[in-house]
Amino acid sequence: MSSAQIEIQLIACLVAIACAIPGTFLVLRKMAMISDAISHSILPGLVIGFFITEDLNSPWLILLAAVTGVITVIMVEFIQKTGLVKEDTAIGLVFPALFSIGVILIAKNANDVHLDVDAVLLGELAFAPFDRLSVNGVDLGAKSIWIIGTIVVITLTLLITFFKELKVSTFDKQLAATLGFSPLVIHYGLMSIASVTTVGAFDAVGAILVVALMIAPAAMAYLLTNDLKKMLIIAILAGIASALIGYWVAHYLDASIAGSMTTVLGFLFLLVYLFAPSKGLISVLYRQKRQQVEVYLLTFMLHLQNHSEESERHINHLGEHINWGKMQSKTVVDLALKNNMIVIDNNIISLTEKGQGFTQKAIDYITTNSTVAIEEMKDDFFLFRG
Amino acid sequence: METKYAITVDDLTVAYNYKPVLWDIDLAIPEGVLMAIVGPNGAGKSTLIKSILGIIKPIAGSVKIFGKPYKKQFKEVAYVPQKGSVDWDFPTTALDVVMMGTYGSLGWIKRPGQKEKKAALEALEKVGMLSFKSRQISQLSGGQQQRIFLARALVQNASIYLMDEPFQGVDATTEKAIINILKELRKAGKTLIVVHHDLQTVPEYFDWVTFLNVKKIATGPVKDIFNDGNLTKTYGINYKVSVQE
Ligand SMILES: Nc1ncnc2c1ncn2[C@@H]1O[C@H](COP(=O)(O)OP(=O)(O)O)[C@@H](O)[C@H]1O
Ligand SMILES: [Mg+2]
Repeated sequence: MSSAQIEIQLIACLVAIACAIPGTFLVLRKMAMISDAISHSILPGLVIGFFITEDLNSPWLILLAAVTGVITVIMVEFIQKTGLVKEDTAIGLVFPALFSIGVILIAKNANDVHLDVDAVLLGELAFAPFDRLSVNGVDLGAKSIWIIGTIVVITLTLLITFFKELKVSTFDKQLAATLGFSPLVIHYGLMSIASVTTVGAFDAVGAILVVALMIAPAAMAYLLTNDLKKMLIIAILAGIASALIGYWVAHYLDASIAGSMTTVLGFLFLLVYLFAPSKGLISVLYRQKRQQVEVYLLTFMLHLQNHSEESERHINHLGEHINWGKMQSKTVVDLALKNNMIVIDNNIISLTEKGQGFTQKAIDYITTNSTVAIEEMKDDFFLFRG
Repeated sequence: METKYAITVDDLTVAYNYKPVLWDIDLAIPEGVLMAIVGPNGAGKSTLIKSILGIIKPIAGSVKIFGKPYKKQFKEVAYVPQKGSVDWDFPTTALDVVMMGTYGSLGWIKRPGQKEKKAALEALEKVGMLSFKSRQISQLSGGQQQRIFLARALVQNASIYLMDEPFQGVDATTEKAIINILKELRKAGKTLIVVHHDLQTVPEYFDWVTFLNVKKIATGPVKDIFNDGNLTKTYGINYKVSVQE
């Protein structure tokens, strides 16, 4: 690997970390769309900032552009508060307007601004290593590494310092307010970080990858864990993994780096969406299937409990009587046998003691809706976990 | 001796989009009562609680907690919200939710430690939910979720408890368990204000009551003012409850 390659991957990983942290909270606050709005509407801020500072990498330019991001949020909330349109409509109104102002500003001053709309959307990660930071003639590495590295350090510090406040205000805004943590302060703090991150990452990776890196890793992590800390860690790791895989895919296909990273993010999300252990689609479908079988099992056992006469309990009568097909009867009988709920003697089925106990508990649960009776059964059966 | 008031509400008017939903409310709630707020749907009961908590800004009037504004007294007040005001799919466990109750006394930045965890576990035990401490909150039944919220309020160790329909959607066992805890809290000198719907149980559960329907209809001891006259004024129809003697 050349040093430029290493630098590109390092920048991509830093961007992934910087995006995953605010992204996790945006996803939990159901505000994913706002990252899209911010990433587009900071464009006029960038252009105006450039007129003032005349330096695309100036920290002042980053702050100025980030302010545009926060203004976007304020405008969206203002429009929404009038009650005339919903939040997504307000977002859809604000950011195209601001973005197009940015595009017009660039077009009008094309000769002065070293920005073009393609670069804004897709970034120029491949060129990032050419822009060096040097102090007194000593080369300190790519500028982007320093800019994004600083943002990562600030974001991590704020996250660790205000983790408790972020958690409570995201989970329960009203509680946060009554406990003396102003949800407004935390809200705008988070929006500022999201804006700064977007602006800082924007130059290197472009608006679309910023949005993808904020939302997709957090969405994956959401499906993989029930713990906020783990969710943050998984989101960061998923972002880093996508960035690295995406880089090498682009390398071998000779394709756009940002484009293939975004594609990898989408692909990884699809995998998680399908195969996540408890919240994934397949696992959910499997659980529904199991629950259905268990309802049949219960019906079957209630039938056995209600009828002492042998004719009602003959294995062949099952199909005719409860009106079940062969497959269904077999599945249910096998499940009951496997769990030692029934015994079959001479083709006559009887409940075992365990089977009777189970049935009784299930009846108690259904009639009283009290969960005490079935607490211990929850690990074996899906049915009672709803 | 002069009565000490936990909460005093003066000339409170609250409006959403310029439509008043609470009109000129005066209320003085003595310390140490277990008070029900009753009134029909949309009467402004939740709004009153939220105004006391400073979540909603009134267009007129003021609220004082032990004589001072809420901002200065938030550590004295615990709130149990109406069910459904939080994101149940949030990645967090029952224990974690209860721990959040300790955040207020910790203040900004300081993180919860062993002491806070112990308090949270004790509160879970008290509401009979200790064995559920690691459950993700969406995997709890409605009654169990309500108990978790109660436990969260308990760890706040406040002087005033505001509860918005804590009995909504809970079974009889849970209702009994909750009311016993509330009565215990009152014995310990706490003030409890509960939005309540089941008029039949008001005399059994509470010693103080406020009738509310946009305006305050009446407030006082249950034995003095809980009668058909006030109920009729509040609910608008000719109301009769058989109050057990
Ligand atoms: N956020 C809101 N925006 C507009 N109107 C509201 C809002 N919340 C409540 N209201 C209205 O205020 C009135 C009182 O509501 P609320 O305090 O929730 O009543 P209660 O809790 O007694 O059922 C109702 O008419 C309700 O429709
Ligand atoms: Mg209400």
